[in-house]
Amino acid sequence: MANDFTSYAWLVPLFPLLAFLVLIAAGRQLREAGAYISIVAMLASFVLALLIFFERLGHTTDYTWNQLKWLTIGDFQLNMGFEVTNLNALMLVIVTLVSLLVNIYSKGYMHGDERVNVFFSYIQLFSFAMLGLVISVNVLELYIFWELVGVCSFLLVGFWYFKPEARAAAKKAFIVTRVGDVGLFLGMLLLFWYMPGHSLDFSAIHNAFSQGKIDPSIATWIAILVFVGAMGKSGQFPLHTWLPDAMEGPTPISALIHAATMVAAGVYLVARTMDIFQASPDAMLVVAYVGGFTAIFAATIGTAQNDIKRVLAYSTVSQLGYMMMALGLGAATAGIFHLFTHAFFKALLFLGAGSVIHAVHTQDIREMGGLAGKMKITAWTFAIGALALSGIVPLSGFWSKDAILSAAFEHNQLLFWVGLIAAFFTAFYMARLFFLVFAGKPRSDAHAHESPAPFTFPLVVLAVLAVIAGFVFTPFNGWLGHWLGDHAEAETANWTVMILSTLAGLLGIGLGYVMYGKNSVSRDIVAGNAPWLYTLVYRKYYIDELYDVVFVRGLRLIGKAFELFDIYIVDGIVRLCSAAVVGIGRLGLRLQNGQVQTYGLATLLGLLILALALAGRRFFHLG
Amino acid sequence: MSITPYLTLAAILFCIGLYGALSKKNAIIVLLSIELMLNAVNLNLIAFAKYGPKPGLAGQIFSLFNITVAAAEVAVGIAILINLYRNRGTTDVTDMDTMKR
Repeated sequence: MANDFTSYAWLVPLFPLLAFLVLIAAGRQLREAGAYISIVAMLASFVLALLIFFERLGHTTDYTWNQLKWLTIGDFQLNMGFEVTNLNALMLVIVTLVSLLVNIYSKGYMHGDERVNVFFSYIQLFSFAMLGLVISVNVLELYIFWELVGVCSFLLVGFWYFKPEARAAAKKAFIVTRVGDVGLFLGMLLLFWYMPGHSLDFSAIHNAFSQGKIDPSIATWIAILVFVGAMGKSGQFPLHTWLPDAMEGPTPISALIHAATMVAAGVYLVARTMDIFQASPDAMLVVAYVGGFTAIFAATIGTAQNDIKRVLAYSTVSQLGYMMMALGLGAATAGIFHLFTHAFFKALLFLGAGSVIHAVHTQDIREMGGLAGKMKITAWTFAIGALALSGIVPLSGFWSKDAILSAAFEHNQLLFWVGLIAAFFTAFYMARLFFLVFAGKPRSDAHAHESPAPFTFPLVVLAVLAVIAGFVFTPFNGWLGHWLGDHAEAETANWTVMILSTLAGLLGIGLGYVMYGKNSVSRDIVAGNAPWLYTLVYRKYYIDELYDVVFVRGLRLIGKAFELFDIYIVDGIVRLCSAAVVGIGRLGLRLQNGQVQTYGLATLLGLLILALALAGRRFFHLG
Repeated sequence: MSITPYLTLAAILFCIGLYGALSKKNAIIVLLSIELMLNAVNLNLIAFAKYGPKPGLAGQIFSLFNITVAAAEVAVGIAILINLYRNRGTTDVTDMDTMKR
């Protein structure tokens, strides 16, 4: 089959880059047009990505172009380029689609903000970097884009920089992910060192590791280090703390970057370098257990948060944990499938939350309530997203979660139960969120009304996708798995898993309903009977406090010592130099006073010294 | 007759002139001091021409030239001073510090 569109895949990231350049060059003059330029650029990318996707449907061979010479060291040459595999094509569609919808949504959400075009330019830069990351041909290229999306995340989390919380959150996001990036960088160095021919290309990595050319212990190290990078980006425990704080950014950003695309980059990275992980069972186990622990850990925190976006953020962390767990269990298709469905329903939930925040001007769910009657579209779409997330048949979340849980059921019973309990908590906190926000009576005087069309259009599109996206990979239809080239996974209907996961979901929703919908069970049942447990969960297991004591204080102390060294020693030397120069200058100034008599005196003294030197030469024989 | 008294007198005259040129505030006196130094030099020239190791007329003629040039120099100097006095209203050399700027 032809590669008519695939060979132009490099154009996909280029449209947002062009839009970014236009916006950054002429942002202020453009005013309203900025949003339209962004939307058109993203639409172009989306259409091209879709064409590539359809062209790829019959393909299984990868398309690679890497003729751009990047650097030559001796015999070693590093080429850049782009690569389109079926996984990449799927990611291109997810990223461009969510980005397009978020652009449309932002036009409504950011309306009236005076830096709206700066906002759009950042989104375009992010889309460029994310799409570039997806089609990267080697690890170094991926790393460059990896850092670039990190910068965009930093800029957008801190977009409202006049809020101190936003500034702190932006810094935290940057620093915590940097810890992971160091891991990825070290992994890349190791990879460079041990790969045959020092090649960093993904295809070469695939060949080397799948043929067992790399020592398994080295493979374990590389895999763990790459996974550390993925942990930072994808908010896996213990580097998850930045993601909930990143909710200080504008809500469309939370939907785009911190739910659907950038945080999934870690999952994508692990899936892309799956061969390294498969060469090392230990690394797979680490990935699976970190993912499983993150899934249940973040899900429990989500049950006790009161900020609508923070609940969703912890939910994101938990779902990313699911994906990692799937990858760690060797079920790459299940993990990518969950990434695919999660991108839609979590973006939907965040955009719905943004619509609610836009209407009631608060993020505290205890102050909301009874919004279902006033915001029908938001409520319905949010309900669809919540049900999909909770894993209710036949919405997309059910199928992807089921794929992960049945993989766990086959390979690791412990992780299966962890995942099941996490699914229960997920359903519970989503029910809590939904009933507190949309059901019952209003708890504040805000006059809420339905948001305008730029809000509701993306919501409806995403809601439709959240319903239907699951049917590409069900126990009765393994198309996605075959297409992604994962032949090992013969998906069979596992009724035990299906029934158990549905039960967990329904149980969670039911408990949420009786506690927050009907109020027949007291909400304070946990907080009243075991206050320590409630506080522990409410304070997010004191992880932030722990980091503060262990890392932040210690580093501050070292920083203080260096600061003192800087102030007194380094600055002291600098000041000494400047004082000496200033002193000489003063002396010169006193000589150059314009008084001809002073000049005369200086000349006389000079003459005397000269005469003395001439006379003295006779006695001292100095030359 | 030895050369020493002439040279001593010239040295004393030169030192007085140098002191005056470097320390006096009044520009006229500074100018006069410079003339003193010039005359000390003339005295030396003549003394060496007469009692030096190679007596001759050259030193005496040179001193005549010197006197002429000094006269011209004084004329120019006085003219500058008068103009300065007209412009600035002072003959104090400490006020004449425009070279600083």
